[in-house]
Amino acid sequence: MNTSINFSLNGNQEAADCRADMTVLEWLRIEKRLRGSKEGCAEGDCGACSVLVRRADSENYHPANSCIMLIGQLDGGALITVEGLAGLGEQGHAVQIEMAKNGSSQCGFCTPGIVCALSGLLNENSNPSDSDIHDALAGNLCRCTGYRPIVEAAQAAARTVGESSLDTKRDGQMQSVAGNGDSCVYHPATLEELHTLRKSNPDAVLLAGGTDSALAVAHAKARWPQFTSTRNIGALRNVEIRGDILCVGGAVTWQEFLPFAQQYWPGFATLIRRFGSVHIRSMGTLAGNLATASPIGDGAPALLALGAKVVLSGPDGNREVDLNAFFTGYRQADIRDDEIISSICVPLPKPDEIFSVYKVSKRYDQDISTVCGAFWGVLEDGQMSDCRIAFGGMAATPIRVPSAEAAMIGKKWDNESCESARQAIEAQLSPMTDFRGSADYRSRVAANLMVRFLKETAGSEEPMQVMAL
Amino acid sequence: MTVHPKDVDIAASQPLLRTVGHNHPHDSAAKHVRGEAVYIDDMPDLPDTLHLAPILSPVAHGIIKNIDLSNAKSAPGVHRVLSAKDIPGKNEAAPILRGEPILADGKVEHVGQMIGVVVAETFAEAVQAADFVKLDIESAKPCFDVEQAYGKDSHTAATQRLTSGDANAALNAAEHRISGRIEMGGQDHFYLEGQVAYAIPGEEQEMTVWSSTQHPTEVQVHVAMALGIRNHQVSVIVRRMGGAFGGKESQATIIAAIAALAAQATGRPCRFRLRREADMAATGKRHGYVINYDVGFDAKGRIGGLNVKALANSGHVADLSGPVVTRTLTHLDNCYHLPAVDFTGFSAKTNTVSNTAFRGFGGPQGMVAIEGIIDEISRSLGLDPNEVRATNYYGPQTGEVTPYGQPVEDNRIKAVVDHLLKSSQWEKRRAGIDEFNRRNTVLKKGLAMMPVKFGISFNLTTLNQAGCLLHVYTDGSVHLNHGGTEMGQGLFTKVAQVVAEVFGIPLLDVKITATTTEKVPNTSATAASSGSDLNGAAAFNAASELRARMADVAAQELKCPAENLIFAEGRVGDGENSMTFGEVAKACWLKRVSLSAEGFYATPKIHWDVTKLKGHPFFYFTYGAAVAEVVIDTLTGENRCLRADIVQDCGQSLNPMIDLGQVEGAFVQGMGWLTCEELWWDDEGRLRTVGPSTYKIPGSRDVPPEFNVDILTDRPNREETVFRSKAVGEPPLMLAISVWLALRDAVSSLSDGRLAARLDAPATPERVLFAVDDMKARTKEQA
Repeated sequence: MNTSINFSLNGNQEAADCRADMTVLEWLRIEKRLRGSKEGCAEGDCGACSVLVRRADSENYHPANSCIMLIGQLDGGALITVEGLAGLGEQGHAVQIEMAKNGSSQCGFCTPGIVCALSGLLNENSNPSDSDIHDALAGNLCRCTGYRPIVEAAQAAARTVGESSLDTKRDGQMQSVAGNGDSCVYHPATLEELHTLRKSNPDAVLLAGGTDSALAVAHAKARWPQFTSTRNIGALRNVEIRGDILCVGGAVTWQEFLPFAQQYWPGFATLIRRFGSVHIRSMGTLAGNLATASPIGDGAPALLALGAKVVLSGPDGNREVDLNAFFTGYRQADIRDDEIISSICVPLPKPDEIFSVYKVSKRYDQDISTVCGAFWGVLEDGQMSDCRIAFGGMAATPIRVPSAEAAMIGKKWDNESCESARQAIEAQLSPMTDFRGSADYRSRVAANLMVRFLKETAGSEEPMQVMAL
Repeated sequence: MTVHPKDVDIAASQPLLRTVGHNHPHDSAAKHVRGEAVYIDDMPDLPDTLHLAPILSPVAHGIIKNIDLSNAKSAPGVHRVLSAKDIPGKNEAAPILRGEPILADGKVEHVGQMIGVVVAETFAEAVQAADFVKLDIESAKPCFDVEQAYGKDSHTAATQRLTSGDANAALNAAEHRISGRIEMGGQDHFYLEGQVAYAIPGEEQEMTVWSSTQHPTEVQVHVAMALGIRNHQVSVIVRRMGGAFGGKESQATIIAAIAALAAQATGRPCRFRLRREADMAATGKRHGYVINYDVGFDAKGRIGGLNVKALANSGHVADLSGPVVTRTLTHLDNCYHLPAVDFTGFSAKTNTVSNTAFRGFGGPQGMVAIEGIIDEISRSLGLDPNEVRATNYYGPQTGEVTPYGQPVEDNRIKAVVDHLLKSSQWEKRRAGIDEFNRRNTVLKKGLAMMPVKFGISFNLTTLNQAGCLLHVYTDGSVHLNHGGTEMGQGLFTKVAQVVAEVFGIPLLDVKITATTTEKVPNTSATAASSGSDLNGAAAFNAASELRARMADVAAQELKCPAENLIFAEGRVGDGENSMTFGEVAKACWLKRVSLSAEGFYATPKIHWDVTKLKGHPFFYFTYGAAVAEVVIDTLTGENRCLRADIVQDCGQSLNPMIDLGQVEGAFVQGMGWLTCEELWWDDEGRLRTVGPSTYKIPGSRDVPPEFNVDILTDRPNREETVFRSKAVGEPPLMLAISVWLALRDAVSSLSDGRLAARLDAPATPERVLFAVDDMKARTKEQA
């Protein structure tokens, strides 16, 4: 089997005859000798490798970490690198022109990635606010400048960039299989195809966004002779409302889900904007975040508190699992080898419902939570008639705190019930100490977040979070 | 002939400066943004190039019983696996002392120490094979704690003591006395480009090494030592680094030496690049410190005596720990006249990576300590910390002497601070913040001012020298080379401006070239903020000498006295007749006058007694000050800097745009060190924060949303520096201590400012919350 991986590179059609599990960065730097994109961390965090990617099923470019994106994932899509942007117009992209003038680079190593991230932003939003620019830069670290000249260059480029200068023609499509004999990617188009394929190729790695699992490949610690992407399965790519439930398909990315979160749960949307970076959120999926069953994934606490259910699709049909029963142990979930998360179903907000989710981490943007607390309740005449409290970072799995919920349900929502819930949280949870925080700190924060929730939902006028100032 | 910069009449020439003092973007800016700037890993592979991956120690301390390479050697693509026994010369990486191995020999002393290296056809093959090496290491008891190391007098470099006056008598006589302890963490450089070298073997054992290093000469010397060859057989080249910050001053030597070792062993070009995780595990960082103090003061907060015991986490070997500790001791005074001191500096040996230079080089740790002490004194007396600072400042004109014996001349601290307090509207904002804190129960704000005096020059007098090689070609184009290295700080641009200024030619006529030991030998590291002071002056001297020669020839051609000639706008003339700079060059060639010159510079005035820690180590001081406003969340410890105002004295700036970039970048980097950047080791001594997913440097949103930076660019240095500029690389990093002080102020607000916060660095949300809870408990106790 040898089927080239087809996509456009800086406007030119490429037919790459290589391993499908090669990272895009390796391919660019080693195969194509395009060395503008740099490796800074090989874990999708520093952004020096940022490129712009248009997937086969999309019209939009998004920034991506080429160090953890596999070339097979590009099949049918398009790739723009810093060299491609430099080829636009006479002097390159507006971001490049403004950054060169404004002292926006010092050592210059992060610069190509920042150029890609910002031109991606301006392609979507030609009038970005400072906050939009920070969101766009959350996946790009600069150690030299202090960022001010970079943010200013983005603002200046927005004034001159005019109409999007990146092509948006959709000309490719994902092939059902692509790659060479050493490593290939499958792109089944339906769930049936997926199940058949998984039965015949049980060793193929299942890949959603790859922002977690591809790390092993990026570090040259693993090789994948075959892997199966969920991206081309149309049935998994939708977000739809069924009655009073929002169903998010198993291949929907965080970035695609963000507008829905913004509409129904603005607090969740704020959390999502702090989740990874645009680069990561444009690749990573909600389903992948839950399937890894990490105790510190940010999706789980919010979805636990919202009462979400997971729909699993197997060869013999679907089954539904309450998210609260889904996580069975450290990085283990109730999902059989032949199953896949086909959707995540979240009850839409009801009147009188209150919901907050709080992420506490060392850095505001693009950090992993030390503690993530999610609080949902139904408040009727000051009484808490129902409530769910969930945490990440407080146990081996994302976890609900039934004792704290019990301390609140049926009670007046006031200092007293809040204090009972606080104590219940401290009593029930025994987190661990690691580099993100000590057990003592985690316990104090988890309990204190109850207080924040009370003050924010019980009419306090005070600003309650440092970012509010 | 050597022309000293003082020969330029600054007052007269200042309005005429055409290139120096103007904003010019970084020389590589256009290449950076287009992805065209070539870093070492971007260089095209020469045919037959091999790639390396390190074998790292999994244990913190132990005896190497056996290294089983059989599986690694038979792995696909592997050519050689090298360890200490394969080093033909000396296995020595120490920049100052001896006994610091390039590759571990017989014993390992920290997790991540390099034991060997796999040499393979591809990078991926090398990385994979490194995992196949089986190490048999007999574990020994490790030490991770500096106080424990101090207890058993286990150190890597000699203990240093700096005394002046009778500190104990002053302490005993003092009206008030406080003792305490401040702990601060280290910091990873997190240069975006990891350590990398590319070694290319030549004939007669020659070795060319492209190294991402701040110190090409040190790389040259150690490569020669390791390979058992002479210095003249080794050429080291560096065009640019993707960031360094001190992390490539001595550490790059190890990487380069290993690449050269592999190139010699295989006869093939070898590229050695550390991946982030390996880089963070294997290479040194800023020293963490525990500082104990005992201070005596009067009712106004005037310090009479100060005892300090500064314990630096040196790691397993000394590296640069000795001079780092010296700079801590010589910056414990910051801006304050301390009449009687007894400072001890201890380089604690621990089983961690060997810590090294990092922007500020020990100075920041000394300043954190003294500012913490000032905060304690102020709160204990119920005084405004800024009043206590003012009480203790070195007098503006008195020339009061530092503990190490250097008078503080050209003291600008009061002028800088007064300017800042006014421009930052201190009084009004202080009142506003106190009001905010009265009205809010959860969020609390803090405000603090931080003054900085930083000594410029390497402490070790010998290192304060530099050279430059300059050629003028017959078309008037100029080739510039000097011993300084470009790591993003804009040094090459500044030095080119100096040359363009002296010749009166456009900046683009000066070609900046890669630093190489072949053109300028025996250089010092580009470090200690000294890059433009030293190399700029050497370039000035070279250019001045060439200009004098060219003026003689032009005078003959134009038939006028040489002293009447002006070099400006690409022409040489006396106001009536003129020739182009290129025509003069051509005329020189025709008359057989050399168009090549070397320039040399040695900083005047300085001297230092390294055993007594006395002398005049610094050519001059730079001054700066910052005011930071922060907010903390008393429920979670989350915190944020809302506004920072900075004034930094840059003398007569060579390039205000580049200096501004240095000030802003240093401040944000310093803020990272003191807030979100936390190095965390587990009980086995494994650093668990070895990548950006776990080690958090500031992002764009962490920069204060209101960030007012005022660089004083028109205050010529009183000392005769090149065009009267001042160094700027390191000093502004310490301005970020204002953020840490403001966080302490916010915590103290819970006691109405009466009690000092127990807040160490970095002030992560966890440390802030614990300081808040501690403050609440103490306030309750008092009530």
